[in-house]
Amino acid sequence: MVDIRHSTGEPIGAAEVEDVELYHPHSWWTRYVFSQDAKIIAVQYASTAIAIGMVALVLSWLMRLQLGFPGAFAFIDAERYYQFITMHGMIMVIYLLTALFLGGFGNYLIPLMLGARDMVFPYANMLSYWLYLLAVLVLVASFFAPGGPTGAGWTLYPPQAVLSGTPGGKDWGIILMLSSLILFIIGFTMGGLNYVVTVLQGRTRGMTLMRMPLTVWGIFTATVMALLAFPALFVACVMMLFDRVLGTSFFMPAIVEMGEQLQHGGGSPILFQHLFWFFGHPEVYIVALPAFGIVSDLISTHARKNIFGYRMMVWAIVIIGALSFIVWAHHMYVSGMNPYFGFFFATTTLIIAVPTAIKVYNWVLTLWRGDIHLTLPMLFALAFIVTFVNGGLTGLFLGNVVVDVPLSDTMFVVAHFHMVMGVAPILVIFGAIYHWYPKITGRMLNEVMGQIHFWVTFVGAYLIFFPMHYLGLIGMPRRYYEMGETAFVPASAHTLNEFITIMALVVGAAQLLFLFNLIWSIRHGREAGGNPWRATTLEWQTPETPPRHGNWKELPVVYRWPYDYSVPGAAEDFIPQNQPGSAGHAPEGAS
Amino acid sequence: MNVTLILLAVILTIAGWWLSRQRLFSKPWLEVGHAFDPRPDGRPSIPPAKIGLGVFLAVVAALFSLFISAYFMRMASTDWWSTPMPKVLWLNTAILGLGSLLLHAARVTAERHRDEASRTALIAALAAGLAFLAGQVFAWRELTDAGFLIADNPANSFFYMISGMHGLHILGGLFALTRVIVRTRAGPMDERAVLSITLCATYWHFMLAVWLVLFALFSGWANDFVELCRQLLT
Amino acid sequence: MAVVVILVLLAVGSVLFHLLSPWWWTPIASNWNYIDNTLIITFWITGVVFVAVVLFMAYCVLRFRHRPGNRAAYEPENRKLEGWLAGGTTLGVAAMLTPGLFVWHQFVTVPDGATEVEVVGQQWLWSFRLPGADGKLGTSETRDITPENSLGLNRNDAAALDDYVIEGGELHLEVGKPVKMLLRSVDVLHDFYVPEFRAKMDMVPGMVTYFWLTPTRTGTFEVLCAELCGVGHPQMRGTVVVDSAADYQAWLSQQQTFSQLQAKAGTKETAQAGNAAPAQ
Repeated sequence: MVDIRHSTGEPIGAAEVEDVELYHPHSWWTRYVFSQDAKIIAVQYASTAIAIGMVALVLSWLMRLQLGFPGAFAFIDAERYYQFITMHGMIMVIYLLTALFLGGFGNYLIPLMLGARDMVFPYANMLSYWLYLLAVLVLVASFFAPGGPTGAGWTLYPPQAVLSGTPGGKDWGIILMLSSLILFIIGFTMGGLNYVVTVLQGRTRGMTLMRMPLTVWGIFTATVMALLAFPALFVACVMMLFDRVLGTSFFMPAIVEMGEQLQHGGGSPILFQHLFWFFGHPEVYIVALPAFGIVSDLISTHARKNIFGYRMMVWAIVIIGALSFIVWAHHMYVSGMNPYFGFFFATTTLIIAVPTAIKVYNWVLTLWRGDIHLTLPMLFALAFIVTFVNGGLTGLFLGNVVVDVPLSDTMFVVAHFHMVMGVAPILVIFGAIYHWYPKITGRMLNEVMGQIHFWVTFVGAYLIFFPMHYLGLIGMPRRYYEMGETAFVPASAHTLNEFITIMALVVGAAQLLFLFNLIWSIRHGREAGGNPWRATTLEWQTPETPPRHGNWKELPVVYRWPYDYSVPGAAEDFIPQNQPGSAGHAPEGAS
Repeated sequence: MNVTLILLAVILTIAGWWLSRQRLFSKPWLEVGHAFDPRPDGRPSIPPAKIGLGVFLAVVAALFSLFISAYFMRMASTDWWSTPMPKVLWLNTAILGLGSLLLHAARVTAERHRDEASRTALIAALAAGLAFLAGQVFAWRELTDAGFLIADNPANSFFYMISGMHGLHILGGLFALTRVIVRTRAGPMDERAVLSITLCATYWHFMLAVWLVLFALFSGWANDFVELCRQLLT
Repeated sequence: MAVVVILVLLAVGSVLFHLLSPWWWTPIASNWNYIDNTLIITFWITGVVFVAVVLFMAYCVLRFRHRPGNRAAYEPENRKLEGWLAGGTTLGVAAMLTPGLFVWHQFVTVPDGATEVEVVGQQWLWSFRLPGADGKLGTSETRDITPENSLGLNRNDAAALDDYVIEGGELHLEVGKPVKMLLRSVDVLHDFYVPEFRAKMDMVPGMVTYFWLTPTRTGTFEVLCAELCGVGHPQMRGTVVVDSAADYQAWLSQQQTFSQLQAKAGTKETAQAGNAAPAQ
């Protein structure tokens, strides 16, 4: 299978690369707090995202307690329950996953992996973080506002999101929620411009597009999508704010609320849904594509084998990114939109399954004839494949328009999206943190705690969400504060709910152990050295670990693709990207 | 969502054209030690700030196209009465166009090292921008005085919201322009100054184009055009 | 090594859970068994893929796990294999999509003979309306809603006057007769959901949505709301009874028409007005 290595094209000279001006901090404040260094900003983004993520974790416990043991906890009343699910969903999707993948990993890895000193617009990058923090604070403020946070569900569908039947609808909750989203989007746009332009213009010498690690491909494509999709959420938020505050009727038709005629008239709730899902579906891939990219690199590095079908992987990322803009209405099959749209959107949705499936095949084929080191990042990558395949396949149920009809708005949907865009990407985040923590801090995370964390999280999460599909098959609707006595729900289903709740508590507790490990290992972890995984990509070749401001003494020059693992004839089983010449290669039949 | 989808198709075509020149079909594992880098000397020929502005304008275009999509979708309902356009909007349009011309002049003069002329043009452009915003506020006042309030009718709501959003973008541009004026106040105009002015000018031309589309939309000409397209399609 | 065992257990356990667990859909009571069939096809195809991928992974980990002296193979790509896999996937996807689209065509094509029934959702109550002797539902408007006219029917429309109005009560349907459910909401989004019917659709204020079905067995079924509509969402329940033809007619004859309800409300009003008049 080893192809002949061509020798066309100009060899890269050792000439010094033109350097860029670098921002230099002058005080502790500008070095660590108002820092313009992408690595510091990445850690700030990640810490904030994990902190707010812990809030979401506690909220999920509270809602699971209510579902598993209805009525046993008096302080969880219906209003609070809906506030908990809304905030849990919103935090996880936007403030944790999007922020952590793009703001966290994007900031840390893009400049390092591409051999740049920093992002191209460091000042905007700093502003991006501070706007994100402000958005998080506004979100948190809604917990303390009169009436509490909004309980409209994370989809915020009008009219109920702005009416009094919903917690926070006529109070501050919804206003703060929408304001927070608007701030987040403005902040993200500043960061997103950085990620895109850095990939376009900041690559070091020899780093062609087809020599970029798939992590960068994933984050880059996701950022381009996010830049084009978030405006839809922005528009929807602004219009809903107008409806709520100024009394306009963008989304509000004539309404009789509790016997009282409201002033609104003529608006279209479906219009909001189109705008929301025009953002909302790409959002799924905004989270998934970085995960795809990162997991490809984890598997390749820890199986000591080049990623199988690199070109196909790149094309698949680009194709998925483009297609994801024309599938949004598969979230709206039973929304009352023109039913004939169903034909188009079902077809596009199932077409997108093909490039996605190819990515899965290529991951498992990378394992084939590899040299698999069962390190923690590898374990998380394997767990990702299991949960992603499971969640992706149930997506074929929901994407196929008729099958969606009985299943939509049931627990099946909840189980599906938690598996595919909750559990799967979060497993990648964990794997990535175990993988790159040594580069960020210079020390390894504790292995024993890591093993406990992995097994409880993976098996526990699977046991939570796999059986949950069957609650949906029974017909149990989602977003029910309590099922009550319902003829078609057997008593055994309630037992299953109790089991799920207990598992959720256990899995949640394991995350506290992980958090402890993160903090403990900063001081007590084993010294890692510069390249503990013997990886090829540039971030492991920095002169110092952790990398200093500016990353490199002299900018690296790239001579090869990022997956030169176990090259036949080479002394080591990896060749770093910046190692010149074809030394070590014994291309069979090459002249 | 048709408007947005058309815009996306355009953006994706540009992205696809660019990607097609990046040798996506090459086999990178065969190319050890060689750079097939389309960038001369491995460094970008276009300054990052220009690319950054281009990407940002694509985002802004997506934003306004979504507003316009929403406008068309909401227009289909029966409670829609077009808002009359105050006459002053014509004047505002002219002022915005003048600002665009002035910035273009500032750029050309800066490139030819006629620094004083360039500085004057920049300040004049700033004044034009402020005058445009004042004119827009005046137009709003005129409409509210005539009884066209924001919540009365969706056409009014859209007019205030979208023109307000455009105004905010102009305001942001004015901040950037002020920064450029302050920074180029003293000393000769170097390459960086020319770049900053060019960026301001590009932004201004773009916001002018957006305003022309919006003005056509609010006046109802865009509807006739869309209607024509629909008839041609069916 | 533990990971190999766990992967195999997960794959086998998931299949066993699927086959042995007591949790499955409720017995169907409408013509939409096509939907169930499409779902079963999907279960089969996806189940095979899931088990295959997970077991293959387990085998790889077992066979190719790191041992001293091992070295991975060097294989950048294999176009033929990738082509086969992509082709196979496309076939599998087509096998699920094609029946799905055919059934969807049926779902959106209402048969000519279907009788119309209106369901009106409000926070948090179901109301129903059946056509009167003329077999037609009259027009309605949310703006016309008053305490006496809670569905907002048009008093000037003759077709509306003889409509049967059922506020917060049970809906009865006749077994074997196709019905077109017209769905309307007066406040927020709701979703008319009877698990046994399989079909469901959102109810959107400001517009009328629909779906159709033919009830295939008699019985009493619970109506749930399947679109979050505020804090009372889980309490928004109703009842649909599928009757034989005779029972249905007997039930229908007891229902009150819009004009009867108006007359009743009218006498109450005039009585109140009469009581109030002397006080002035």
